[in-house]
Amino acid sequence: MKWPASSVRSQRQPGFVAAIIHRLSGLALTIFLPAHFLALGTALSGAGSFERFMNVTDNPVIKALEVGLVTSLAVHLACGVRILTIEFLSLRERTAVTVAVCFAFALACGLLFLLNVQIGAS
Amino acid sequence: MNPSLFVAQRITAFVLAFAVTIHLATILYAAQRGLTAGHILQRTHGNVAFFALYVIFVIAASIHAPIGLRAILREWLGWWGRRVDVSLVAFAAVLLTLGLRAAFAVFVA
Amino acid sequence: MTGADLHIRIWRGQEEGEFQSFRLSARKSQTVLDAVTEIQREREPTLAYRYACRVGMCGSCAMTVNGEPRWTCRTRISTVAKDGTLTLEPLRNLPVVKDLVVDMTTFFEKWRSAKGAFEPGSAPREDFAVVRPDSASRRAADEGIECIGCGVCYSACDVVAWDRDYLGPAALNRAWTLVNDVRDQGQAERLAAVAANGGCNSCHTHMSCTTFCPKKLAPTYAIAGLKRATARAAIRVTK
Repeated sequence: MKWPASSVRSQRQPGFVAAIIHRLSGLALTIFLPAHFLALGTALSGAGSFERFMNVTDNPVIKALEVGLVTSLAVHLACGVRILTIEFLSLRERTAVTVAVCFAFALACGLLFLLNVQIGAS
Repeated sequence: MNPSLFVAQRITAFVLAFAVTIHLATILYAAQRGLTAGHILQRTHGNVAFFALYVIFVIAASIHAPIGLRAILREWLGWWGRRVDVSLVAFAAVLLTLGLRAAFAVFVA
Repeated sequence: MTGADLHIRIWRGQEEGEFQSFRLSARKSQTVLDAVTEIQREREPTLAYRYACRVGMCGSCAMTVNGEPRWTCRTRISTVAKDGTLTLEPLRNLPVVKDLVVDMTTFFEKWRSAKGAFEPGSAPREDFAVVRPDSASRRAADEGIECIGCGVCYSACDVVAWDRDYLGPAALNRAWTLVNDVRDQGQAERLAAVAANGGCNSCHTHMSCTTFCPKKLAPTYAIAGLKRATARAAIRVTK
């Protein structure tokens, strides 16, 4: 068999998990951004055209993706702020604690959005 | 990654920290109030403050995202070099154009 | 656990190879190094592995134990093999010479590339330099100065695994101690070296290096210091 043959435990540390979530959320947002800008750009043809476009997105699947996006935005923000404080404010952290706080903040934002967003109200 | 790109990414990260916080708060506020797309457009129409915020937001994001993407392409796909960098600059230009257009759209709608 | 059976799987070969299994009786206070030595001396004389001091001072015995890079002489079996199984592999991110032995050449080449050596300059001072031990720069240097180049951090680092050019935590940590050495005359070259492709800006703060360093050093924070120093230098150039 080829080596490395078994999984690397360093990949189950909180710092790694935070970095992967940070990276994947950033990737998701980068892919979403052009679509977001195009959608908003439909408002140039008038509010009616924008409303029509928004009605297309008024279904449970899209709403679920929106919850995912809001959570991605929040987690990318939180993890990013953690990196900035480590790099520029010389923060010494207990990694598991700061990462948990970041994820908790992101989940809170996602839940707040999920519990408030209504389908069929746009 | 080199120090200039690093500085650009960290400075835009700092700007985005503020812009995204405001944006998240706005999203959650709109969701809680059950604002429709039309309602939101009414509030952004002619609103210079929001327009300025979105312009700054777009410029920062157009710089920040491609630099992050550059690291992913290099480390996970092994793609790097002049062609990759040129494509990323083109992507940044696309984000900037579409983004400024979107900011303008919600300002005049 | 004494007297119970240990199941030990050891990597044999190079990048192509397989695991060889052994059963050993657990002994009181046994370390992983004790077990490997017993196997090599009494069961499998062709097994290749490294050790030297046996007492946690030299770092030669570093290898991957149950997926974690550790010093085998300072790893009690009772700590890491709670269910009695042990998997031993060579350090990650370095070419395998044979079995548990890796080629450390690249590790030290990157140390050199990061300018991880003291530069006295062409005109060394005539008298002793006065370096206050409680000065900020000396404290920063002292935090990382105990590194003995064992390679555990380099092995734990995912960016080293992803990016062949990345200098790695040990080399950058040493560079940071020298950046903070007020006697050193090679600061411009060193900052340029750690700012280059594969330098400090490639670190993504996974913190595996800091988690696994057997001397409890924190290369992550040393690298953060280098990021600040190189950013300042970059801004000064463009001003």
